Amino acid sequence: MAVVRYREALNQALREEMQRDESVLLMGEDIGVFNGAFKVTNGLLEEFGEKRVRDTPISENTIVGMGVGAAMTGLRPVVELMTINFSLLAMDQIVNHAATIHYMFGGQVKVPLVVRMPQGAGHQLGPTHSHCFEALFLHVPGLLVAVPSTPADAKGLLKAAIRDDNPVVFIEHEYLYGQRGDVPEDDGDFLVGFGQAAIRREGEDVTIVGISRMALTAEKAAKVLADEHEVEAEVIDPRTLRPLDLDTILDSVRKTNRCVIVEEGWPHGGVGANLAALIAEQAFDHLDAPIGRVTGADLPMPYSKPLEQIAYPHEPQVVEAVLATFTDL
Amino acid sequence: MADVTQEERAGGSLPDADVAREWLEAMTLIRRFEERAGEMYAKAKVGGFLHLAIGEEATIVGAVRAMRDDDYLISTYRSHGHALSRGADPNKVMAELFGREDGVSRGRGGSMHMFDLERRFMGGYGIVGGNLPLAAGMGLAADYKGTEDVTVCVFGDGAANQGTFGETLNLAALWRLPVVFMVTNNQFGMGTALERHSAVTDLHRRGEGFGVPGLRCDGMDVVDTHRVMGEAIARARDDRQPVLVEAVTYRFRGHSMADPEEYRSKDQVEEWRKRDPIATFAGRLLEEDAIEDGEPERIDEAVVGRVDEAVAFADRSPFPPPESLYDSIYVLGDQLKGWYSVDERSAGVHRGEHERELAAAERGPESAYGQAVEQASKEDLGLDKGADEAQAEQDGAEKADPES
Repeated sequence: MAVVRYREALNQALREEMQRDESVLLMGEDIGVFNGAFKVTNGLLEEFGEKRVRDTPISENTIVGMGVGAAMTGLRPVVELMTINFSLLAMDQIVNHAATIHYMFGGQVKVPLVVRMPQGAGHQLGPTHSHCFEALFLHVPGLLVAVPSTPADAKGLLKAAIRDDNPVVFIEHEYLYGQRGDVPEDDGDFLVGFGQAAIRREGEDVTIVGISRMALTAEKAAKVLADEHEVEAEVIDPRTLRPLDLDTILDSVRKTNRCVIVEEGWPHGGVGANLAALIAEQAFDHLDAPIGRVTGADLPMPYSKPLEQIAYPHEPQVVEAVLATFTDL
Repeated sequence: MADVTQEERAGGSLPDADVAREWLEAMTLIRRFEERAGEMYAKAKVGGFLHLAIGEEATIVGAVRAMRDDDYLISTYRSHGHALSRGADPNKVMAELFGREDGVSRGRGGSMHMFDLERRFMGGYGIVGGNLPLAAGMGLAADYKGTEDVTVCVFGDGAANQGTFGETLNLAALWRLPVVFMVTNNQFGMGTALERHSAVTDLHRRGEGFGVPGLRCDGMDVVDTHRVMGEAIARARDDRQPVLVEAVTYRFRGHSMADPEEYRSKDQVEEWRKRDPIATFAGRLLEEDAIEDGEPERIDEAVVGRVDEAVAFADRSPFPPPESLYDSIYVLGDQLKGWYSVDERSAGVHRGEHERELAAAERGPESAYGQAVEQASKEDLGLDKGADEAQAEQDGAEKADPES
């Protein structure tokens, strides 16, 4: 094991897959000479040259569409979008083409494309640079959606995404880029498979499902619950939303009989709303309390620091939501 | 209205007689295929939208015959003709319109979404302007792999106003991608006339600001279209740069079958019909003794027979079975586990197996599936009738069609 930062783990994944497969190329705004807005592509232009690391104009819909076209004709492009808010400019190509082409043309052609983008609040970037949109992509059949929360998962999932023959929306988190964690040192084939949740902490009393950065927040809350409230929480990080390892979540809920879902995105039509419906459909009889949801505030992300801090979940809200599931009904 | 002078049009001499004859045949196939498709739409054998390319045949055949087999073609929602000219089986194109399993896209795409990978026909697309970035991506892949393949990207005058037009032309020029952007200027973006939707109506000039040279051809003349597209494709291939070609043409039918055509005058349509690309070309071939008297009629007869066969094939082809509903949403690899779909309501059943079971149960005559199949089978196409009778019926349908 080596301790590396999340952004370095992503960088390793890109480097290793580019070394391994000539058909992998990178496209994005300021990923080359500038080394990436968040330095994920640091040093890759120098190592692989302009043919394989391509700075693009600010034209999100077209660079994603070009990624689709190149993927249809034999390449494995990895497109970086500077933030998830900018992915909305590319929504046409992501939904109408990347997700649809394999099905729409009767399976004749594949779209092995990865579109990477960071999301998340906490840096005072205001209402157009701070949101969490994993639910928008979760909504779309044909896409795979990854939301890694640790450096190891970031690396293993990105490598798996690049090798996959489906279009993948790969959602990183701005706060996590600087976080350190253990990453296996190996021969370049460390992969994390899609559709396999991670149980971050085992417990008998309540299941907490944390999405993206909120998997970390859930873990911190679980520690508080154990230390101060004698509640042993089981913390699950789904790691990918499509496909979803629902079995691991259901097994846990059948054991604990309580569930709280934590996400940074908006509540209406969110990941938690979807997951709560699935759990209610599949494990209603096992629930001893209504499913709890902790979400980002239902509004555009404000700039002012104190306001921003109360507009997305922190540990106390998770603790509170968990304790609420133990209130006598 | 943009037009092309006689001097410009006179630029192209005829190709060899057998080549010219084949062009006439290819254009006639599109014409007859489209007419039959419209007729099948009226008989409810074809659903959804149906956009016919009648009047635009020269833009299609002129462009496609200037391409190599290894070149890529990508088109719009008006793409039956592109698929046919590229060599797609008319049976399968008609079956796609009928929504059948034997369709080029297995009945998943329909009229707007034809596809034939083997012939490098990379699809028709329903989003206006959506195919330009894809074309640039195909150009990028060709450039990256060091092949000589050129991508020809066809779109309409309406698409020239989409953001992707500027974005993609800029990027293609910047990266020197071998793509020919061919704008089929049929004078209308749906029902909005060119001069009402574009400040600059010389569309071939709209690439200049992006460093993309522009050419214009007479899209009613297959010879001129072929000559100009040939030049553009050669420049893209040899000089490694995108080229914009404007083919000035006109569609004789409405935008789609659901178009009362209140935005243009019958006189205007009649004026353009005088320049019918098929009749004009056939006339020139006869005039220059490239074909014998009666040859256009013989070609037409053979093509009508071919289209009849396609209709019969399509009508015989089965609908996609209900259990195939979830096929090809994902490429299922070994590393993928978990629930793909919310509809997988039974734990432990993954990868669409359960959906397939559910869908298969929906096969009965009372089900929505069964009723749709019954509805589509109601209309007897009279395929057992003699050829003359079927033809007479077809002529009648043509006259009765309010859009013709």
